[in-house]
Amino acid sequence: MISVALKMLLRDKGKYFGIVMGVTLASMVITQQGSIFVGIMTRTFALISDMGDTDIWVMEPKVQFIDDTKPLQDTALNRVRGVPGVAHAAPLYKGILRVRLESGEFQNCNIIGIDDATLTGGPPEMIEGRIEDLRRADAVIVDIIGATTRLARRGPDGAPVPLAVGDTMELNDRRGVVVGISRNTRPFQSQPMIYTTFSRATQYAPRERKQLTFILVKADAGQNVQDVCDRIARETGLAAYTRDQFKSMTVSYFINNTGIPINFGIAVSLGFIIGSVITGFMFYSFTADNLRYFGTLKAMGTSDGTLLRMIMTQAMVVGVVGFGLGTGAASWFGASMSGTPLAFRLTWELLFVAGTAVVVICLISAMLSMRRVITLEPAVVFKG
Amino acid sequence: MTASARRAVQGLSVAVRCRQVVKTYGSGQSAVRALRGVDLDVHTGELLMLVGPSGCGKTTLISVIAGVLDRDGGECSVLGQDYAAMRPDQKTAFRARHVGFVFQAFNLIPTLTIAENVSVPLLINGVPRKQAVEQAREMLSQVGIGDRWRDVPARLSGGQQQRVAIARALIHKPKLLVCDEPTSALDHVTGQRVMELLRGVASRHDLSLVVVTHDQRIFEFADRVAEMDDGHIERISAGKGHTHAESPHRGFDAPPKNEHPLNPHAPQGSNEPNPEHRS
Ligand SMILES: Nc1ncnc2c1ncn2[C@@H]1O[C@H](COP(=O)(O)OP(=O)(O)OP(=O)(O)O)[C@@H](O)[C@H]1O
Ligand SMILES: [Mg+2]
Repeated sequence: MISVALKMLLRDKGKYFGIVMGVTLASMVITQQGSIFVGIMTRTFALISDMGDTDIWVMEPKVQFIDDTKPLQDTALNRVRGVPGVAHAAPLYKGILRVRLESGEFQNCNIIGIDDATLTGGPPEMIEGRIEDLRRADAVIVDIIGATTRLARRGPDGAPVPLAVGDTMELNDRRGVVVGISRNTRPFQSQPMIYTTFSRATQYAPRERKQLTFILVKADAGQNVQDVCDRIARETGLAAYTRDQFKSMTVSYFINNTGIPINFGIAVSLGFIIGSVITGFMFYSFTADNLRYFGTLKAMGTSDGTLLRMIMTQAMVVGVVGFGLGTGAASWFGASMSGTPLAFRLTWELLFVAGTAVVVICLISAMLSMRRVITLEPAVVFKG
Repeated sequence: MTASARRAVQGLSVAVRCRQVVKTYGSGQSAVRALRGVDLDVHTGELLMLVGPSGCGKTTLISVIAGVLDRDGGECSVLGQDYAAMRPDQKTAFRARHVGFVFQAFNLIPTLTIAENVSVPLLINGVPRKQAVEQAREMLSQVGIGDRWRDVPARLSGGQQQRVAIARALIHKPKLLVCDEPTSALDHVTGQRVMELLRGVASRHDLSLVVVTHDQRIFEFADRVAEMDDGHIERISAGKGHTHAESPHRGFDAPPKNEHPLNPHAPQGSNEPNPEHRS
């Protein structure tokens, strides 16, 4: 009888299409909007991802997320170095500076100052030049996205000419020479990234008493990273987080303090609700239209259990097909957007969420229909 | 073999036995007493017609007999069993095994081919799909539309659809066939042919048929005619149904003898009047 159920569904092309559309819409909107949300959230901790060697981030205890810069005393570095289990600790400057380009235009840029001695915390990938080139006078490394967009100058024909190795800029009246171009994980904020050494960054920056933003710690091999974090916090009074903790702190900050999750939440909920309504309504009307035949099957001796299995099978088929089409369309969208500035990250958790939503939609639809069929009196078949 | 002789062979002479069957719809002011004490026996192997004015309770009675509606009182045994003593799932299984249904509106599933439609009772009884469809095709050729097995019902005429419905009602070899106005959606000639088909079926199987009808012109196919009024059986009279299947010579108004009772398209005697040219 399952084959009968499938034929009833699949050969009723119009209705089948409508029901599947509902599921497709819901799973597409959920995965597509969800992927963009996850993509954006991933960008908020792009810098943490790019400093993948760092086990522990040490900072001022009031810091809530990566862009929340509250500097430390310079002495903090040595105190951290003295904590048992710390193999290596490097200073990091992070701040925003107004950069004057050769054209005379100004542009706000993220300045990252990395440890002069070890160059720990440099860009993850170099397209041109080497990180070591930062040791040259006035050297800076610029990320490729910044170099080709906001830091590019207008050529004679109006087309943008990317900032290139050898070009110069002015950072707070001090000279900077581009010695390399890096490729970074695209950050949430669209300001260009400029890497330089820690000592040079502190010269570029407006004179402040404290200039140490973060301390990047590598734990001794074999040490439990969490234990080292706890020890640093206990002995220095500073905050110390593992890389993953700092990432989730950053994401939490954006979730709790921006409208981003609400916007995506609304889109995802709308997708779910509209998909549910379409599917539920179409599926119910499919069952209602076939009620005479379900009644006939019932009179002819089909058990309630079999009827339920038939409806469940129909719901499952539209669920699987709709989910496949919806997530397929979302991944296709994501793939076609790769290389553009759009943030898109489709994770298995999102597929799981969309899958759960589809199961819920199909269960609700099937349940409504089942109720109708189970309460149907078989005697109605004789009614005209 | 006469109907009574067949009954003797089968041992069980009464397929359906109703005594003082009562059925009331609703309650209080709006209660409708549809059956008010029905006494009726349906003999094994006979074609019993149930006639009467609209609203007299015919459909209600066959619903009770077929086990799709619970009676409120009285006794009713079908093939020696009482629905009132069965659990709902046992009733469902009983219908699946022993009862066939023919409806006024055919009730064929529009998205299934006619062979698939006919195979449904076998599927309900757990016959594997391939085997069921094969048997269905055979059954379809027996009712004279074997070549159309791939078509969907909508591509068939009303008479052809009712043939499909009859094939579906018979494929699992039920012992009781209930038909509610099987010809009233059909024109007269087509109705006659459908009745010939049912008549042929009745003479071949150990099958009892209860046919509800308004159509006086098909009374001639009945073994007996039970007249109903106001929730009672008023009168039962002998029909001339046995002459159709059994007597070699019939009156002019009788339909032709059919060498293939299940197949009206099979060659017939040339001296017989063709029913299509009668009215
Ligand atoms: N489900 C129901 N609820 C309430 N009353 C009903 C129901 N079904 C039938 N009735 C009533 O019971 C009576 C008998 O109905 P039934 O359908 O058995 O008549 P019938 O002889 O088949 O009529 P017809 O020839 O018009 O088909 C009628 O008065 C009808 O209105
Ligand atoms: Mg009726």
